[in-house]
Amino acid sequence: MITLDACQKYFHKGSVNEVFALNNINLQIKEGDFITVIGSNGAGKSTLLNCIAGCFFPDTGKITVNKKDVTRWPEYKRARYISRVFQDPLLGTCPSATIEQNLALANRRGLRRGLGRGVKAKDGELFRSRLAHLGLGLEERLLDKVGLLSGGQRQALTMLMATMIRPEVLLLDEHIAALDPKTAGKILTLTRDIVKEQGLTSMMITHNMKHAISFGNRLIMLHQGRIIYDVRGEEKNTLTVEDLVRRFYESQGEELAMDSMLLS
Amino acid sequence: MTLYAALGAIEQGLVYGIMVIGVYLTFRILDFPDLTVDGSLPLGAAISAVAITAGYNPYLSLVFAAMGGFLAGVVTAVLNTKFKILHLLASILTMIALYSINIRIMSGPNIALLSADTVFDAVIALGVPPHYSGVLVFGMLAAATVVLIVWFLGTELGQAMLATGDNPQMVTSLGVNTHAIIILGVGLSNGLVAISGALVAQNQGAADVGMGIGTIVAGLASVIIGETVFGSSSIARAFVAALLGSILYRLAIALALGLEIGGFTFNPSDLNLVTAILVISALIAPNLKNRLIQR
Repeated sequence: MITLDACQKYFHKGSVNEVFALNNINLQIKEGDFITVIGSNGAGKSTLLNCIAGCFFPDTGKITVNKKDVTRWPEYKRARYISRVFQDPLLGTCPSATIEQNLALANRRGLRRGLGRGVKAKDGELFRSRLAHLGLGLEERLLDKVGLLSGGQRQALTMLMATMIRPEVLLLDEHIAALDPKTAGKILTLTRDIVKEQGLTSMMITHNMKHAISFGNRLIMLHQGRIIYDVRGEEKNTLTVEDLVRRFYESQGEELAMDSMLLS
Repeated sequence: MTLYAALGAIEQGLVYGIMVIGVYLTFRILDFPDLTVDGSLPLGAAISAVAITAGYNPYLSLVFAAMGGFLAGVVTAVLNTKFKILHLLASILTMIALYSINIRIMSGPNIALLSADTVFDAVIALGVPPHYSGVLVFGMLAAATVVLIVWFLGTELGQAMLATGDNPQMVTSLGVNTHAIIILGVGLSNGLVAISGALVAQNQGAADVGMGIGTIVAGLASVIIGETVFGSSSIARAFVAALLGSILYRLAIALALGLEIGGFTFNPSDLNLVTAILVISALIAPNLKNRLIQR
Protein backbone atom coordinates (compact mmCIF):
# COMPACT_ATOMS: atom_id res chain seq x y z
CA MET A 1 0.00 0.00 0.00
CA ILE A 2 1.17 3.51 -0.85
CA THR A 3 0.04 6.53 1.08
CA LEU A 4 0.45 10.24 0.57
CA ASP A 5 -0.15 12.18 3.72
CA ALA A 6 -0.82 15.92 3.45
CA CYS A 7 1.69 16.40 0.62
CA GLN A 8 2.25 19.95 -0.56
CA LYS A 9 4.53 21.23 -3.26
CA TYR A 10 5.32 24.71 -4.54
CA PHE A 11 7.40 25.23 -7.64
CA HIS A 12 9.52 28.40 -7.89
CA LYS A 13 8.45 29.38 -4.41
CA GLY A 14 8.83 33.07 -3.67
CA SER A 15 9.21 34.10 -7.32
CA VAL A 16 6.66 35.59 -9.70
CA ASN A 17 6.36 32.17 -11.30
CA GLU A 18 5.26 30.52 -8.07
CA VAL A 19 2.96 27.55 -8.68
CA PHE A 20 1.08 25.73 -5.93
CA ALA A 21 1.38 22.37 -7.65
CA LEU A 22 0.16 19.99 -4.96
CA ASN A 23 -2.28 21.26 -2.36
CA ASN A 24 -2.66 18.99 0.65
CA ILE A 25 -2.83 15.68 -1.17
CA ASN A 26 -4.09 12.76 0.92
CA LEU A 27 -4.27 9.49 -0.95
CA GLN A 28 -4.27 5.82 0.01
CA ILE A 29 -3.45 3.56 -2.88
CA LYS A 30 -4.55 0.11 -1.82
CA GLU A 31 -3.04 -3.15 -3.00
CA GLY A 32 -4.66 -4.00 -6.33
CA ASP A 33 -6.16 -0.56 -6.96
CA PHE A 34 -6.20 0.56 -10.58
CA ILE A 35 -6.75 4.30 -10.36
CA THR A 36 -7.45 6.47 -13.37
CA VAL A 37 -6.42 10.09 -12.95
CA ILE A 38 -8.12 12.94 -14.82
CA GLY A 39 -7.97 16.72 -14.74
CA SER A 40 -7.30 19.64 -17.04
CA ASN A 41 -3.83 20.69 -18.12
CA GLY A 42 -1.88 22.02 -15.19
CA ALA A 43 -4.18 20.37 -12.64
CA GLY A 44 -1.24 18.49 -11.14
CA LYS A 45 -1.73 14.98 -12.54
CA SER A 46 1.84 14.50 -13.72
CA THR A 47 3.11 16.34 -10.67
CA LEU A 48 1.27 13.85 -8.46
CA LEU A 49 2.81 10.88 -10.28
CA ASN A 50 6.24 12.51 -10.24
CA CYS A 51 5.86 13.12 -6.51
CA ILE A 52 5.11 9.43 -5.93
CA ALA A 53 8.03 8.43 -8.19
CA GLY A 54 10.41 10.73 -6.31
CA CYS A 55 11.38 13.17 -9.10
CA PHE A 56 11.18 15.83 -6.38
CA PHE A 57 10.50 15.86 -2.68
CA PRO A 58 7.29 17.42 -1.32
CA ASP A 59 7.75 20.61 0.71
CA THR A 60 5.64 19.12 3.49
CA GLY A 61 3.89 15.81 3.98
CA LYS A 62 4.85 12.17 4.01
CA ILE A 63 4.94 9.36 1.46
CA THR A 64 5.04 5.71 2.50
CA VAL A 65 5.33 2.45 0.60
CA ASN A 66 4.22 -0.59 2.62
CA LYS A 67 4.46 1.56 5.76
CA LYS A 68 8.07 2.46 4.96
CA ASP A 69 8.71 6.20 4.90
CA VAL A 70 10.16 7.00 1.47
CA THR A 71 9.54 10.76 1.51
CA ARG A 72 13.26 11.54 1.21
CA TRP A 73 14.19 8.67 -1.07
CA PRO A 74 15.52 9.79 -4.46
CA GLU A 75 13.88 8.54 -7.63
CA TYR A 76 16.43 5.81 -8.37
CA LYS A 77 15.98 4.34 -4.90
CA ARG A 78 12.19 4.32 -5.10
CA ALA A 79 12.46 2.53 -8.43
CA ARG A 80 12.73 -0.65 -6.38
CA TYR A 81 8.99 -0.30 -5.69
CA ILE A 82 7.78 1.96 -8.43
CA SER A 83 7.93 1.61 -12.18
CA ARG A 84 6.85 4.08 -14.78
CA VAL A 85 5.79 4.42 -18.38
CA PHE A 86 6.02 7.89 -19.85
CA GLN A 87 4.01 9.68 -22.50
CA ASP A 88 7.01 9.94 -24.79
CA PRO A 89 7.76 6.45 -26.18
CA LEU A 90 11.40 7.49 -26.55
CA LEU A 91 11.82 8.00 -22.80
CA GLY A 92 11.23 4.43 -21.72
CA THR A 93 13.85 2.61 -23.75
CA CYS A 94 17.46 2.97 -24.71
CA PRO A 95 17.78 3.41 -28.50
CA SER A 96 21.42 2.40 -28.98
CA ALA A 97 21.01 -0.79 -26.96
CA THR A 98 19.43 -3.99 -28.28
CA ILE A 99 16.00 -5.26 -27.22
CA GLU A 100 17.76 -7.92 -25.21
CA GLN A 101 20.00 -5.36 -23.45
CA ASN A 102 17.02 -3.16 -22.62
CA LEU A 103 15.15 -6.09 -21.10
CA ALA A 104 18.25 -7.10 -19.14
CA LEU A 105 18.51 -3.57 -17.72
CA ALA A 106 14.87 -3.72 -16.68
CA ASN A 107 15.33 -7.20 -15.24
CA ARG A 108 17.58 -5.68 -12.56
CA ARG A 109 15.31 -2.80 -11.62
CA GLY A 110 16.10 -1.87 -8.03
CA LEU A 111 18.75 -4.58 -7.70
CA ARG A 112 22.47 -4.07 -7.26
CA ARG A 113 24.38 -3.92 -10.52
CA GLY A 114 27.79 -5.56 -10.37
CA LEU A 115 30.33 -7.09 -12.69
CA GLY A 116 28.21 -10.04 -13.76
CA ARG A 117 27.34 -10.19 -17.46
CA GLY A 118 24.74 -7.59 -18.38
CA VAL A 119 22.85 -9.95 -20.67
CA LYS A 120 22.81 -13.45 -19.23
CA ALA A 121 22.41 -16.42 -21.56
CA LYS A 122 19.88 -18.00 -19.23
CA ASP A 123 17.51 -15.05 -19.54
CA GLY A 124 17.07 -15.48 -23.30
CA GLU A 125 14.16 -17.89 -22.86
CA LEU A 126 12.38 -15.60 -20.39
CA PHE A 127 12.80 -12.57 -22.67
CA ARG A 128 11.57 -14.47 -25.70
CA SER A 129 8.44 -15.75 -23.97
CA ARG A 130 7.61 -12.31 -22.55
CA LEU A 131 8.10 -10.68 -25.95
CA ALA A 132 6.00 -13.34 -27.66
CA HIS A 133 3.17 -12.22 -25.38
CA LEU A 134 3.15 -8.83 -27.10
CA GLY A 135 2.38 -10.45 -30.42
CA LEU A 136 4.61 -8.03 -32.30
CA GLY A 137 7.21 -10.56 -33.41
CA LEU A 138 9.86 -8.88 -31.28
CA GLU A 139 10.92 -12.24 -29.85
CA GLU A 140 12.74 -12.86 -33.14
CA ARG A 141 14.55 -9.53 -32.93
CA LEU A 142 16.35 -9.73 -29.58
CA LEU A 143 19.58 -8.42 -31.12
CA ASP A 144 17.99 -5.50 -32.97
CA LYS A 145 18.64 -2.03 -31.65
CA VAL A 146 15.58 -0.45 -30.05
CA GLY A 147 16.17 2.73 -32.06
CA LEU A 148 14.92 0.76 -35.08
CA LEU A 149 11.49 0.14 -33.55
CA SER A 150 8.38 2.27 -34.03
CA GLY A 151 6.90 4.38 -31.24
CA GLY A 152 4.19 1.81 -30.59
CA GLN A 153 6.65 -1.06 -30.46
CA ARG A 154 8.85 0.91 -28.11
CA GLN A 155 5.93 1.71 -25.83
CA ALA A 156 4.91 -1.96 -25.77
CA LEU A 157 8.48 -2.85 -24.88
CA THR A 158 8.45 -0.19 -22.16
CA MET A 159 5.27 -1.72 -20.68
CA LEU A 160 7.04 -5.06 -20.60
CA MET A 161 10.17 -3.56 -19.06
CA ALA A 162 8.20 -1.72 -16.38
CA THR A 163 6.65 -5.01 -15.27
CA MET A 164 9.60 -7.42 -15.67
CA ILE A 165 10.05 -7.15 -11.92
CA ARG A 166 6.72 -6.71 -10.17
CA PRO A 167 6.36 -3.11 -8.97
CA GLU A 168 4.36 -2.08 -5.90
CA VAL A 169 2.78 0.49 -8.16
CA LEU A 170 2.88 1.06 -11.90
CA LEU A 171 2.61 4.72 -12.90
CA LEU A 172 1.30 5.39 -16.39
CA ASP A 173 1.59 9.04 -17.38
CA GLU A 174 -0.62 9.42 -20.47
CA HIS A 175 1.31 6.53 -21.91
CA ILE A 176 -0.82 6.23 -25.05
CA ALA A 177 -1.23 9.93 -25.79
CA ALA A 178 1.60 10.11 -28.31
CA LEU A 179 0.47 7.10 -30.34
CA ASP A 180 -1.88 6.81 -33.31
CA PRO A 181 -5.42 5.65 -32.31
CA LYS A 182 -4.97 2.05 -33.45
CA THR A 183 -1.63 1.59 -31.68
CA ALA A 184 -2.98 3.41 -28.65
CA GLY A 185 -5.83 0.89 -28.48
CA LYS A 186 -3.38 -1.99 -28.63
CA ILE A 187 -1.20 -0.59 -25.86
CA LEU A 188 -4.27 0.06 -23.74
CA THR A 189 -5.41 -3.55 -24.15
CA LEU A 190 -1.89 -4.68 -23.32
CA THR A 191 -1.97 -2.50 -20.22
CA ARG A 192 -5.27 -4.00 -19.10
CA ASP A 193 -3.96 -7.54 -19.68
CA ILE A 194 -0.68 -7.04 -17.85
CA VAL A 195 -2.31 -5.29 -14.90
CA LYS A 196 -4.93 -8.02 -14.63
CA GLU A 197 -2.53 -10.91 -15.10
CA GLN A 198 -0.09 -9.75 -12.44
CA GLY A 199 -2.72 -8.16 -10.23
CA LEU A 200 -0.76 -4.90 -10.32
CA THR A 201 -1.52 -1.76 -8.38
CA SER A 202 -1.52 1.08 -10.89
CA MET A 203 -2.31 4.68 -11.63
CA MET A 204 -3.09 5.87 -15.13
CA ILE A 205 -3.36 9.47 -16.25
CA THR A 206 -5.68 9.94 -19.18
CA HIS A 207 -7.49 12.71 -21.00
CA ASN A 208 -10.02 10.29 -22.37
CA MET A 209 -13.07 10.31 -20.07
CA LYS A 210 -14.33 7.02 -21.50
CA HIS A 211 -11.08 5.30 -20.66
CA ALA A 212 -11.14 6.92 -17.25
CA ILE A 213 -14.51 5.34 -16.57
CA SER A 214 -14.04 1.96 -18.21
CA PHE A 215 -10.59 1.26 -16.81
CA GLY A 216 -9.76 0.44 -13.24
CA ASN A 217 -11.75 0.35 -10.03
CA ARG A 218 -11.21 3.91 -8.90
CA LEU A 219 -11.11 7.37 -10.42
CA ILE A 220 -9.69 10.62 -9.09
CA MET A 221 -10.06 14.08 -10.54
CA LEU A 222 -7.51 16.77 -9.85
CA HIS A 223 -7.92 20.50 -10.04
CA GLN A 224 -5.40 23.14 -9.07
CA GLY A 225 -3.29 20.63 -7.22
CA ARG A 226 -6.16 19.17 -5.18
CA ILE A 227 -8.08 15.92 -5.43
CA ILE A 228 -11.59 17.20 -5.98
CA TYR A 229 -13.31 13.92 -6.76
CA ASP A 230 -12.51 10.35 -5.74
CA VAL A 231 -14.91 7.52 -6.61
CA ARG A 232 -14.57 3.77 -6.61
CA GLY A 233 -16.38 0.52 -7.16
CA GLU A 234 -20.08 0.54 -7.99
CA GLU A 235 -20.33 4.32 -7.95
CA LYS A 236 -17.56 4.59 -10.50
CA ASN A 237 -19.04 1.94 -12.74
CA THR A 238 -22.29 3.86 -13.04
CA LEU A 239 -20.58 7.13 -13.94
CA THR A 240 -21.22 8.63 -17.34
CA VAL A 241 -19.02 10.91 -19.36
CA GLU A 242 -21.65 13.65 -18.80
CA ASP A 243 -21.30 13.27 -15.03
CA LEU A 244 -17.58 13.70 -15.29
CA VAL A 245 -17.78 16.67 -17.61
CA ARG A 246 -20.26 18.35 -15.25
CA ARG A 247 -17.92 17.76 -12.32
CA PHE A 248 -15.07 19.02 -14.38
CA TYR A 249 -16.73 22.34 -15.14
CA GLU A 250 -18.29 22.74 -11.73
CA SER A 251 -14.81 22.58 -10.32
CA GLN A 252 -13.80 25.45 -12.51
CA GLY A 253 -17.02 27.37 -11.85
CA GLU A 254 -17.78 27.43 -15.54
CA GLU A 255 -21.00 26.91 -17.42
CA LEU A 256 -21.66 23.79 -19.41
CA ALA A 257 -22.20 25.61 -22.65
CA MET A 258 -19.33 23.79 -24.25
CA ASP A 259 -20.78 20.37 -23.47
CA SER A 260 -21.90 19.34 -26.89
CA MET A 261 -18.67 20.43 -28.47
CA LEU A 262 -16.62 18.56 -25.96
CA LEU A 263 -18.63 15.37 -26.30
CA SER A 264 -18.82 15.26 -30.06
CA MET B 1 58.35 9.21 -44.23
CA THR B 2 61.13 7.00 -42.97
CA LEU B 3 60.48 3.73 -41.16
CA TYR B 4 61.71 5.31 -37.96
CA ALA B 5 59.32 8.24 -38.30
CA ALA B 6 56.44 5.84 -38.97
CA LEU B 7 57.43 3.70 -36.01
CA GLY B 8 57.56 6.82 -33.86
CA ALA B 9 54.11 7.90 -35.01
CA ILE B 10 52.64 4.46 -34.33
CA GLU B 11 54.24 4.46 -30.90
CA GLN B 12 52.71 7.88 -30.16
CA GLY B 13 49.38 6.72 -31.51
CA LEU B 14 49.38 3.74 -29.18
CA VAL B 15 50.46 5.57 -26.04
CA TYR B 16 48.04 8.44 -26.61
CA GLY B 17 45.52 5.80 -27.69
CA ILE B 18 44.99 4.94 -24.04
CA MET B 19 44.02 8.57 -23.50
CA VAL B 20 41.74 8.43 -26.55
CA ILE B 21 39.92 5.42 -25.07
CA GLY B 22 39.31 7.50 -21.96
CA VAL B 23 38.03 10.40 -24.03
CA TYR B 24 35.73 8.04 -25.95
CA LEU B 25 34.27 6.86 -22.66
CA THR B 26 33.27 10.35 -21.54
CA PHE B 27 32.61 12.03 -24.88
CA ARG B 28 30.66 9.28 -26.63
CA ILE B 29 29.47 6.83 -23.97
CA LEU B 30 28.54 9.26 -21.18
CA ASP B 31 27.88 12.25 -23.46
CA PHE B 32 30.05 14.27 -21.09
CA PRO B 33 32.57 16.52 -22.89
CA ASP B 34 35.41 16.50 -20.38
CA LEU B 35 38.31 18.94 -20.59
CA THR B 36 39.80 17.65 -17.33
CA VAL B 37 42.06 15.50 -19.52
CA ASP B 38 44.30 18.48 -20.34
CA GLY B 39 45.18 18.46 -16.64
CA SER B 40 44.95 14.77 -15.80
CA LEU B 41 47.45 13.76 -18.51
CA PRO B 42 50.29 15.80 -16.97
CA LEU B 43 48.96 14.79 -13.53
CA GLY B 44 49.63 11.14 -14.41
CA ALA B 45 53.05 12.12 -15.76
CA ALA B 46 53.89 14.10 -12.62
CA ILE B 47 52.80 11.37 -10.21
CA SER B 48 54.63 8.69 -12.15
CA ALA B 49 57.83 10.79 -12.42
CA VAL B 50 57.83 11.60 -8.70
CA ALA B 51 57.17 7.95 -7.80
CA ILE B 52 59.95 6.68 -10.08
CA THR B 53 62.42 9.26 -8.74
CA ALA B 54 61.48 8.15 -5.24
CA GLY B 55 62.48 4.62 -6.19
CA TYR B 56 59.12 2.97 -6.90
CA ASN B 57 58.72 0.40 -9.66
CA PRO B 58 57.71 2.17 -12.91
CA TYR B 59 54.75 -0.19 -13.36
CA LEU B 60 53.59 0.55 -9.82
CA SER B 61 53.90 4.27 -10.63
CA LEU B 62 51.23 3.72 -13.32
CA VAL B 63 48.84 2.54 -10.61
CA PHE B 64 49.50 5.69 -8.58
CA ALA B 65 49.01 7.80 -11.71
CA ALA B 66 45.70 6.04 -12.43
CA MET B 67 44.49 6.72 -8.90
CA GLY B 68 45.41 10.39 -9.20
CA GLY B 69 43.64 10.68 -12.55
CA PHE B 70 40.58 8.88 -11.18
CA LEU B 71 40.39 11.38 -8.33
CA ALA B 72 40.65 14.33 -10.74
CA GLY B 73 37.77 12.89 -12.77
CA VAL B 74 35.73 12.37 -9.62
CA VAL B 75 36.16 16.05 -8.72
CA THR B 76 34.87 17.15 -12.13
CA ALA B 77 31.95 14.74 -12.05
CA VAL B 78 30.95 15.70 -8.50
CA LEU B 79 31.03 19.39 -9.42
CA ASN B 80 28.75 18.57 -12.33
CA THR B 81 26.31 16.11 -10.74
CA LYS B 82 26.07 17.24 -7.12
CA PHE B 83 26.61 20.96 -7.59
CA LYS B 84 24.99 21.35 -11.00
CA ILE B 85 27.94 23.11 -12.64
CA LEU B 86 27.86 22.72 -16.43
CA HIS B 87 30.09 19.76 -17.41
CA LEU B 88 32.37 21.84 -19.65
CA LEU B 89 32.87 24.50 -16.99
CA ALA B 90 33.35 21.95 -14.19
CA SER B 91 36.05 20.22 -16.21
CA ILE B 92 37.79 23.49 -17.09
CA LEU B 93 37.88 24.40 -13.39
CA THR B 94 39.45 21.07 -12.47
CA MET B 95 41.86 21.41 -15.37
CA ILE B 96 43.22 24.81 -14.31
CA ALA B 97 43.40 23.72 -10.67
CA LEU B 98 45.46 20.72 -11.80
CA TYR B 99 48.00 23.03 -13.43
CA SER B 100 48.97 24.37 -10.00
CA ILE B 101 48.63 20.97 -8.36
CA ASN B 102 50.93 19.36 -10.92
CA ILE B 103 53.64 21.95 -10.22
CA ARG B 104 53.22 21.25 -6.49
CA ILE B 105 53.52 17.50 -7.05
CA MET B 106 56.73 17.91 -9.06
CA SER B 107 58.01 20.78 -6.87
CA GLY B 108 58.60 22.59 -10.14
CA PRO B 109 57.38 22.73 -13.72
CA ASN B 110 59.12 19.52 -14.82
CA ILE B 111 61.08 16.43 -13.78
CA ALA B 112 63.67 14.72 -15.98
CA LEU B 113 63.63 10.91 -16.11
CA LEU B 114 66.64 10.46 -18.37
CA SER B 115 68.55 7.88 -16.36
CA ALA B 116 65.61 6.60 -14.35
CA ASP B 117 63.99 3.18 -14.58
CA THR B 118 61.02 3.03 -16.95
CA VAL B 119 58.45 0.48 -18.07
CA PHE B 120 60.71 -0.27 -21.06
CA ASP B 121 63.57 -1.69 -19.00
CA ALA B 122 61.75 -4.95 -18.26
CA VAL B 123 61.02 -5.47 -21.97
CA ILE B 124 64.52 -4.53 -23.11
CA ALA B 125 65.91 -6.94 -20.51
CA LEU B 126 64.00 -9.70 -22.33
CA GLY B 127 66.04 -8.93 -25.46
CA VAL B 128 63.63 -6.69 -27.38
CA PRO B 129 65.51 -4.05 -29.42
CA PRO B 130 65.08 -0.67 -27.65
CA HIS B 131 63.50 1.07 -30.66
CA TYR B 132 60.73 -1.54 -30.73
CA SER B 133 60.19 -1.56 -26.97
CA GLY B 134 57.85 1.45 -27.07
CA VAL B 135 55.57 -0.01 -29.72
CA LEU B 136 55.54 -3.33 -27.90
CA VAL B 137 54.80 -2.01 -24.40
CA PHE B 138 52.28 0.58 -25.55
CA GLY B 139 50.66 -1.86 -27.97
CA MET B 140 50.11 -4.43 -25.23
CA LEU B 141 48.85 -1.87 -22.72
CA ALA B 142 46.53 -0.22 -25.23
CA ALA B 143 45.15 -3.59 -26.36
CA ALA B 144 44.63 -4.65 -22.74
CA THR B 145 42.80 -1.37 -22.08
CA VAL B 146 40.45 -1.93 -25.01
CA VAL B 147 39.73 -5.50 -23.89
CA LEU B 148 39.08 -4.43 -20.30
CA ILE B 149 36.83 -1.52 -21.19
CA VAL B 150 34.79 -3.57 -23.67
CA TRP B 151 34.44 -6.30 -21.05
CA PHE B 152 33.39 -3.76 -18.44
CA LEU B 153 30.74 -2.20 -20.69
CA GLY B 154 29.23 -5.66 -21.10
CA THR B 155 28.69 -6.08 -17.37
CA GLU B 156 25.53 -5.10 -15.48
CA LEU B 157 27.28 -1.97 -14.26
CA GLY B 158 28.73 -1.21 -17.69
CA GLN B 159 25.36 -1.63 -19.37
CA ALA B 160 23.92 0.82 -16.87
CA MET B 161 26.73 3.23 -17.84
CA LEU B 162 25.95 2.89 -21.55
CA ALA B 163 22.28 3.54 -20.87
CA THR B 164 23.07 6.52 -18.63
CA GLY B 165 24.68 8.32 -21.56
CA ASP B 166 21.82 7.33 -23.83
CA ASN B 167 18.70 7.84 -21.71
CA PRO B 168 19.24 9.07 -18.15
CA GLN B 169 15.51 9.27 -17.38
CA MET B 170 15.02 5.63 -18.25
CA VAL B 171 17.91 4.27 -16.20
CA THR B 172 16.87 6.38 -13.23
CA SER B 173 13.41 4.87 -13.34
CA LEU B 174 15.05 1.46 -13.52
CA GLY B 175 16.82 2.15 -10.25
CA VAL B 176 20.22 3.34 -11.44
CA ASN B 177 21.90 6.19 -9.57
CA THR B 178 23.05 8.15 -12.62
CA HIS B 179 25.20 10.49 -10.52
CA ALA B 180 27.23 7.57 -9.18
CA ILE B 181 27.58 6.19 -12.70
CA ILE B 182 28.80 9.50 -14.12
CA ILE B 183 31.27 9.92 -11.26
CA LEU B 184 32.60 6.40 -11.84
CA GLY B 185 32.76 6.87 -15.61
CA VAL B 186 34.52 10.23 -15.62
CA GLY B 187 36.88 8.89 -12.93
CA LEU B 188 37.73 5.81 -15.02
CA SER B 189 38.26 7.96 -18.09
CA ASN B 190 40.71 10.26 -16.34
CA GLY B 191 42.46 7.29 -14.75
CA LEU B 192 43.18 6.04 -18.28
CA VAL B 193 44.29 9.51 -19.40
CA ALA B 194 46.68 9.71 -16.44
CA ILE B 195 48.18 6.30 -17.28
CA SER B 196 48.68 7.57 -20.81
CA GLY B 197 50.42 10.67 -19.45
CA ALA B 198 52.66 8.59 -17.19
CA LEU B 199 53.73 6.45 -20.15
CA VAL B 200 54.34 9.49 -22.35
CA ALA B 201 56.59 10.97 -19.65
CA GLN B 202 58.56 7.74 -19.31
CA ASN B 203 58.86 7.55 -23.08
CA GLN B 204 60.08 11.11 -23.64
CA GLY B 205 62.23 11.11 -20.51
CA ALA B 206 60.51 13.94 -18.69
CA ALA B 207 57.25 15.02 -17.11
CA ASP B 208 56.32 18.59 -17.91
CA VAL B 209 53.43 20.68 -16.67
CA GLY B 210 52.75 21.92 -20.20
CA MET B 211 52.54 18.51 -21.84
CA GLY B 212 48.76 18.30 -21.43
CA ILE B 213 47.91 21.29 -23.59
CA GLY B 214 45.73 20.18 -26.47
CA THR B 215 45.09 16.69 -25.11
CA ILE B 216 41.33 17.00 -25.54
CA VAL B 217 41.73 18.23 -29.12
CA ALA B 218 44.02 15.33 -30.02
CA GLY B 219 41.62 12.97 -28.23
CA LEU B 220 38.54 14.21 -30.06
CA ALA B 221 40.42 14.30 -33.37
CA SER B 222 41.40 10.67 -32.92
CA VAL B 223 37.87 9.65 -31.89
CA ILE B 224 36.34 11.35 -34.91
CA ILE B 225 38.93 10.05 -37.38
CA GLY B 226 38.49 6.55 -35.94
CA GLU B 227 34.72 6.69 -36.26
CA THR B 228 34.86 8.08 -39.77
CA VAL B 229 37.36 5.56 -41.07
CA PHE B 230 36.56 2.42 -39.06
CA GLY B 231 32.94 2.89 -37.95
CA SER B 232 31.29 2.39 -34.60
CA SER B 233 28.53 -0.15 -35.12
CA SER B 234 29.32 -2.03 -31.92
CA ILE B 235 31.04 -1.14 -28.66
CA ALA B 236 34.06 -3.33 -29.39
CA ARG B 237 34.39 -1.90 -32.87
CA ALA B 238 34.03 1.65 -31.60
CA PHE B 239 36.86 1.29 -29.08
CA VAL B 240 39.18 -0.45 -31.54
CA ALA B 241 38.34 2.34 -34.00
CA ALA B 242 39.23 4.97 -31.39
CA LEU B 243 42.61 3.35 -30.83
CA LEU B 244 43.29 3.00 -34.55
CA GLY B 245 42.06 6.56 -35.00
CA SER B 246 44.74 7.68 -32.60
CA ILE B 247 47.42 5.94 -34.68
CA LEU B 248 46.04 7.40 -37.91
CA TYR B 249 45.98 10.84 -36.35
CA ARG B 250 49.65 10.66 -35.32
CA LEU B 251 50.63 9.27 -38.73
CA ALA B 252 48.74 12.06 -40.47
CA ILE B 253 50.42 14.68 -38.29
CA ALA B 254 53.85 13.17 -38.95
CA LEU B 255 53.12 13.08 -42.69
CA ALA B 256 51.87 16.65 -42.76
CA LEU B 257 54.78 18.00 -40.75
CA GLY B 258 57.22 16.19 -43.06
CA LEU B 259 55.54 17.56 -46.16
CA GLU B 260 57.60 19.62 -48.59
CA ILE B 261 55.78 21.63 -51.25
CA GLY B 262 58.34 23.49 -53.30
CA GLY B 263 60.22 25.52 -50.73
CA PHE B 264 57.44 25.31 -48.15
CA THR B 265 57.63 23.11 -45.07
CA PHE B 266 55.59 23.04 -41.86
CA ASN B 267 57.11 24.07 -38.55
CA PRO B 268 56.35 22.17 -35.34
CA SER B 269 54.43 25.29 -34.31
CA ASP B 270 52.02 24.63 -37.20
CA LEU B 271 50.83 21.52 -35.36
CA ASN B 272 47.65 23.13 -34.06
CA LEU B 273 46.66 24.37 -37.49
CA VAL B 274 47.31 20.94 -39.00
CA THR B 275 45.26 19.32 -36.23
CA ALA B 276 42.36 21.69 -36.81
CA ILE B 277 42.40 20.98 -40.56
CA LEU B 278 42.56 17.24 -39.92
CA VAL B 279 39.58 17.29 -37.55
CA ILE B 280 37.56 19.49 -39.88
CA SER B 281 38.28 17.10 -42.78
CA ALA B 282 37.24 14.11 -40.68
CA LEU B 283 34.06 15.88 -39.60
CA ILE B 284 32.94 16.93 -43.06
CA ALA B 285 34.07 13.79 -44.87
CA PRO B 286 30.96 11.70 -44.04
CA ASN B 287 28.75 14.64 -44.95
CA LEU B 288 30.49 15.14 -48.31
CA LYS B 289 30.35 11.41 -48.99
CA ASN B 290 26.57 11.38 -48.45
CA ARG B 291 26.04 14.32 -50.75
CA LEU B 292 28.13 12.75 -53.51
CA ILE B 293 26.20 9.48 -53.20
CA GLN B 294 22.87 11.28 -53.42
CA ARG B 295 23.81 12.82 -56.73
